[in-house]
Amino acid sequence: MRRLRAFGHFWWDFVVGDDWRAAAGIVLAIGLTAALVAAGLDAWWLMPAAVAAILALSLRREASR
Amino acid sequence: MTAAFLVASAFLASAVEFVEALTIVLASGITRGWRSSLIGLAAATVALAAIVAALGPALTLIPIDVLRLVVGGILLAFGLQWLRKAILRASGFKALHDEAAIFAEETAGARTAAREERAGLDWYGFTLSFKGVLLEGLEVAFIVLTFGSTQGSIPLAALGAGIALVLVAVVGVLVRAPLTRVPENTMKFAVGVMLTTFGTFWAAEGAGAHWPGDDASLPVVLAFVIALSFAAVGMLKRRRLAFA
Repeated sequence: MRRLRAFGHFWWDFVVGDDWRAAAGIVLAIGLTAALVAAGLDAWWLMPAAVAAILALSLRREASR
Repeated sequence: MTAAFLVASAFLASAVEFVEALTIVLASGITRGWRSSLIGLAAATVALAAIVAALGPALTLIPIDVLRLVVGGILLAFGLQWLRKAILRASGFKALHDEAAIFAEETAGARTAAREERAGLDWYGFTLSFKGVLLEGLEVAFIVLTFGSTQGSIPLAALGAGIALVLVAVVGVLVRAPLTRVPENTMKFAVGVMLTTFGTFWAAEGAGAHWPGDDASLPVVLAFVIALSFAAVGMLKRRRLAFA
């Protein structure tokens, strides 16, 4: 059990890191892009805009610590 | 363009990780003896090869759009971590990555650790080297497999990583000291930019969107991420000066 937890922790740390909000923002942006595409709008522009917003918010949080 | 971009990205990302692994192996070898450290290095290399051999073919079986969606998302999360740290370092909000300081810290820890023999090896030296190489190598394996499989060419990505490995190993053997003159922080910045670029591109494609001009828009996304990063560094620098 302890090894399984350590394994999960390693991957969480590896991919998500210390800002889970940024990872959640990415999942949300991908979901929104897929929903807009399904609705007939080719929303290629959404990911770059989301990246800019996620990065700005993440940096602001880090810089205000 | 995409092939060159792929090789360059895999080379840069791998070189950064290999420099970090070299620092740990050197610290272990100098303080705990070369035999245990080199066996740790070899054991980690075998473990990495097994992981790559198991995962590589499995990745090629996944439909490309699903792969791009998942890999794009993971790569973006991973890339934004690198980019955020690189921007914070470049703007002075975070200490620069210093291989000499890490080497000093690792050697101090290795010198004071008790000697425990297992299977004829100094266990501390073996595990320090094994863990360091395995963890840094996993990042390389992850980047090579995801970049390569999503772009349809694992061999090209592996070529970039292979060149980095040979270069770092040769320089490491020649100087036998941590590679402090490698512009590691600049390289990490570049890797963060590239991972974020590829992640943005693939995540959108995986979600079903079509980039104007297809692959030709990749350099435009790259330029956007670079401009965004430099703007962030500039803003954070001004903010730091304003509060100083």
